[in-house]
Amino acid sequence: MCLKGSESEYQRNRSSHARGVEKAAEILFGLCGMSAILAVGSITLYMIVNGIPAVLQVGWKEILFSTVWMPTAKEPSFGIFSVILTSIAGTFLAVLIGVPLAVLTAVFLSEVAPAHLASIVRPAVELLAGIPSVIYGVLGMMVLNPLMYRLEQWIFADSETHQFTGGANLLSAAIVLAVMILPTVITISEAAIRAVPPELMASSLALGASFVQTIFRVTLPAAKSGILTAVVLGIGRAMGEAMAISLVSGNSVNLPLPFMSVRFLTTAIVSEMGYAGGLHRQVLFTIGLVLFGFIMVINLVLHRILKGEGRP
Amino acid sequence: MAGDKGQRRMTQCKMMTEKLNVYYGKRHALKDVDIRIRSHAVTALIGPSGCGKSTFLKTLNRMNDLVGNVRIEGQVYLDGEDIYSTRMDVTRLRKRVGMVFQQPNPFPMTIYDNIAYGPRIHGIKGKEQLDGIVERSLRQAAIWEEVREGLYKSALGLSGGQKQRLCIARALAVEPEVLLMDEPTSALDPVSTLKVEELMTAFKQKYTIVIVTHNMQQAARISDDTVFFLEGELVESDTTARLFSHPADRRTRAYINGRFG
Repeated sequence: MCLKGSESEYQRNRSSHARGVEKAAEILFGLCGMSAILAVGSITLYMIVNGIPAVLQVGWKEILFSTVWMPTAKEPSFGIFSVILTSIAGTFLAVLIGVPLAVLTAVFLSEVAPAHLASIVRPAVELLAGIPSVIYGVLGMMVLNPLMYRLEQWIFADSETHQFTGGANLLSAAIVLAVMILPTVITISEAAIRAVPPELMASSLALGASFVQTIFRVTLPAAKSGILTAVVLGIGRAMGEAMAISLVSGNSVNLPLPFMSVRFLTTAIVSEMGYAGGLHRQVLFTIGLVLFGFIMVINLVLHRILKGEGRP
Repeated sequence: MAGDKGQRRMTQCKMMTEKLNVYYGKRHALKDVDIRIRSHAVTALIGPSGCGKSTFLKTLNRMNDLVGNVRIEGQVYLDGEDIYSTRMDVTRLRKRVGMVFQQPNPFPMTIYDNIAYGPRIHGIKGKEQLDGIVERSLRQAAIWEEVREGLYKSALGLSGGQKQRLCIARALAVEPEVLLMDEPTSALDPVSTLKVEELMTAFKQKYTIVIVTHNMQQAARISDDTVFFLEGELVESDTTARLFSHPADRRTRAYINGRFG
């Protein structure tokens, strides 16, 4: 703002042609900026317009809280409660498995690893983020599912009611998701831990605390908001993932129990959008709207955390 | 150590170094330093920036161990015990030899938890016992009256001077025998500086104090002994009164007269 005086003086001295270019560039930048808002706005509008009709027709209680999903039956039922629960449970499990691993890796990278070792691990972590999600899915299908199947056979050897899934179950999906959120959580947590002033750790050590005590009692609490941001971003990533988990989760609508084949909000859309028509198709849009709502809430939480960061 | 027989022999020596050499990679940061630090006295380390006084301070509680690429030769004794021997428990050493840093750096937690941090680390759990330690430490650091109403507020809300006194209280809470202070007032305003200086003088009764300072007036005001470092060497070490009135070395004379540094 304080540049305003000199800026106008500067502009007066320029030719009208140059000023025209300036103006055009300014408008161009403005339009680029607007396009992002436009995209978000139109997507939101589209999701609402397409997601609401099914809700009106079937009833929101029926859709959200019924567990019966039979969209192509003679008397179809469109309950997505299991699917919603699956998305929540899968994400929760992924965070439960992935976050401790990621935070400890971040501690390792920022505080423990000698420079040469960190310079090997860090690119590996970044590469993890660059691998297409379908690759995770394929690997999960070929490596994780058979292992999970063996575990399943061992656990349910005497069970008469268990439906064998061949290892394609909630647990497999959660593990794949956990690996997929690692790079996000590691990178952001590491940055947060690095931002903790070294003097803070020195003070703790100078009081006679051990390295491990210092990490868990001073460093991590001091990096809390950054790590929380990392976790929320990880949740967002896990919630929105479709491709990888559609390959490893068995893809049938069930309540989210560890060894059950399950369907997530995302995979429900992926697996049925191709052939669905009429009301069925509209309900899939409603599922999209629900997913969209979750992501919005996650971003809102993130926004809150980031805003509160400056405060002690 | 030449030139300081007599009076200094009379009092007990708390810490002592012999042929102490410190290298950071190829840089020879401390050269053959022999020092005796008197018990229940304030010893000031003075000298221009980069002369090795902070490095020396950090060898006394082995904080130099944290710096990569550091090599330490020679002996450092605490009550006659070599602190660099393999039998020395570093966490116990640091409990006995506390440290206050240049920048006031309270932990991002409540005032109470800041003070209780050290005692808890060393296994004290009882609420009443901790309450007692917290009050006693804060009183010793002359900040109790200012914070007693807000013990459970974040320590980050305090002023700079208060933060530094909190850090002093935090260091006192583990009942150290020696307190190392690395330019503890250089980030503070004059009023807070005065308060901290008053504390140091009072602490002599219970603790042995070693302070690094850039401020020669401060050294003259508060210390009993002064050690002058230059380029990693100990140039002169004597009682403060004598070092400032009759420096034996001409480099000391030049430095305290403000001709360099």
